[in-house]
Amino acid sequence: MFGTYLLRELTHRRKQTAIIAIGMALAIALVIIVNSVAAGVRDAQAGVLASVYGVGTDVTVSRAPEAPAQGDGQSGPPAFDFGAADGQAADGSTTLAQERLNAARGTATFDAAALDTVLGVDSVSAATATLALQNTSFSGQIPTRDAASTDGSAPAGPPAGGADGAGGSSFNVDSFTVEGIDVAGAAVGPLTAATLADGRTFTAADAGSDVVVLDSDYATSADLAVGGTLSIGGADFEIIGLVASGGSNSYIPLDVAQALSGLDGQVSSIYVQAGSSSDVPQVQADIEAALPDATVSTQADLAASVSGSLSTASGLVSNLGTWLSVLVLAAAILIAILFTISGVTRRTREFGTLKAIGWSNRRIVGQVAGESLVQGAIGGVLGVAAGLVGILVVNLVAPTLTASATAQQTAGFGGQRPGGFGGAGPQAAAATTDITLHAPVTAAVILIAVGLAILGGILAGAVGGWRAARLRPAEALRSAA
Amino acid sequence: MYELKNVTKRYEQSRRTITALDDVTLSIPDGQLVAIQGPTGGGKSTLLQMLGALERPTKGSVTLGTAELATLPDSALAGIRAREVGFVFQGFNLIPTLTAQENVETALEPLRLPSAQRRSRAAAALASVGLGDRASHRPAELSGGQQQRVAIARALVKEPDVLLADEPTGSLDEETRDEIMDLLEGIWRDRGLTLIVVTHDSAVAKRAQRRLHIKQGRLTEKK
Ligand SMILES: Nc1ncnc2c1ncn2[C@@H]1O[C@H](COP(=O)(O)OP(=O)(O)O)[C@@H](O)[C@H]1O
Ligand SMILES: [Mg+2]
Repeated sequence: MFGTYLLRELTHRRKQTAIIAIGMALAIALVIIVNSVAAGVRDAQAGVLASVYGVGTDVTVSRAPEAPAQGDGQSGPPAFDFGAADGQAADGSTTLAQERLNAARGTATFDAAALDTVLGVDSVSAATATLALQNTSFSGQIPTRDAASTDGSAPAGPPAGGADGAGGSSFNVDSFTVEGIDVAGAAVGPLTAATLADGRTFTAADAGSDVVVLDSDYATSADLAVGGTLSIGGADFEIIGLVASGGSNSYIPLDVAQALSGLDGQVSSIYVQAGSSSDVPQVQADIEAALPDATVSTQADLAASVSGSLSTASGLVSNLGTWLSVLVLAAAILIAILFTISGVTRRTREFGTLKAIGWSNRRIVGQVAGESLVQGAIGGVLGVAAGLVGILVVNLVAPTLTASATAQQTAGFGGQRPGGFGGAGPQAAAATTDITLHAPVTAAVILIAVGLAILGGILAGAVGGWRAARLRPAEALRSAA
Repeated sequence: MYELKNVTKRYEQSRRTITALDDVTLSIPDGQLVAIQGPTGGGKSTLLQMLGALERPTKGSVTLGTAELATLPDSALAGIRAREVGFVFQGFNLIPTLTAQENVETALEPLRLPSAQRRSRAAAALASVGLGDRASHRPAELSGGQQQRVAIARALVKEPDVLLADEPTGSLDEETRDEIMDLLEGIWRDRGLTLIVVTHDSAVAKRAQRRLHIKQGRLTEKK
């Protein structure tokens, strides 16, 4: 009887059923799509961050660079000092070559003892220190003009005019990023997210050795391969592996990096993993207290540093999308409630009659609630179908988003663009990544969506049932209207 | 057996109080055919509501058999309506989306019978009012007289002790009126139940064993 009556009502009052179900379906579809796109954007952000900071990093510790002081070779562009002995005269020109390994621009180094301080903080499960460096090599030829300048006579023709304006000279400036890392296999840190493309990664035995692991993109662009050598800070390093990292151009053992750069006992970043995600705020606060000069950033802070259309999408989804779906859901539930109330009012005599022939209140409330619940569930099923179609469309279109992560406060990033030498200064260290948005569908989202639809139905049913329960059986005797 | 003692029913309204029944004392033995007459607004339907356990009196007592309808809780009153009282309304009050058969079955719903038994009893009740061949019709597909027959089948299917009818022929044309009254009278005769009919129609009232008159909530017996 319950089922027959319910089915008859829903099919007979098709318009009401359709309006309630479609309203609910729209809301549910929106919830599913917004959720799924938001998850996609989050994945993309996590991907960008993981490629920079490694997997499992909850907190990073760095130090803000001081304003570049004059003559401070560490924070300004590397200075090259060429003495007379550096040049080699040959064929009337002087060949100069020099290589420098300095702290990466935009970073400041600090004492490695900070790592022990961090490891001493409660709820820190792992931490590793790295040193972000920049290797800059300069090589070039300058025509030997000593004779011409001493005798005071001008050259016959205008200078040949190189790109840099130095007549007749040719320079080659090359720079790439080098990150000194713990080779003993840290649980957190830059290479934990990287996939090995060729060769091998570090082992504890590599400490103190001149071995380098290259980012595979950089290796391709610089035409380097496993087994070859790369000059860093004047020393020849053996290339032992290639990784798809997205972070630094190259990785070397930390102790070697410190020695070669003259930054003994110095590091530029500490990557910290908290015992659980709920510990992160406490860990951040404790580290800030223990290291007052340090900049302590959480993943959330770091996510904020991701800019570009990815962050626009993230903002759009988390603000507009969430509000829109909440609004539409509220509207759908309100519509369901109003239609249910008006339905109960229209059926006053019907419910009065059922009470007059002995139906209990509970039985009638159940009937009204059942109708609303099924309407909500139909809406839920339609909504899931529409939502899945919507997600399919998003994934077929696969919009490409760009993400830029500025490496203002953290080292090791910004290496994607070698050759920024002499550019706009510290802020220039930024990388742009193209990310194809993939909106994932999870069973949880679908369950939540269907749950919301059923919740809407229950709400409408509860309000309608409450109205029906208050009807008096004597309503049946109201003169036939 | 109905026993009403000093039954008063008042409706409190915002400005005034309406006394729909005023100190009514009445006893109706089992198996009687009673007609209730009176002007519109006199209190006929209100009296039927007291008898049918739809409402409690403001004052006084209403007993049906051993049950005191004035003090029983809602759920117990619903149980009495489900088992002992059949109601027929002026406006038929069928559920428009359900078929004739299903409308009759609604009266058995509170009794929680096995569905096969429910169906066969409803079908038999429909057949007994001459609508065995209209079981799958919706109310809209039936004439007024046929709809009232379905409503009578719905009232009878639970095999009640009392059948209450509030102007059962009030919405019907003259010819159909007689048919319905004949049907009700036949049922009363065959089943030996108590039949209480509210009617404006003196021709109908003449068939009754006993005629009551209510005016301004006051009951008088007509002989
Ligand atoms: N639910 C109610 N609320 C207020 N007044 C009511 C209600 N039901 C009936 N009445 C009033 O009680 C009086 C008797 O009504 P009723 O018993 O329906 O009369 P009848 O059936 O004889 O026409 C009328 O004045 C009517 O307006
Ligand atoms: Mg009346």
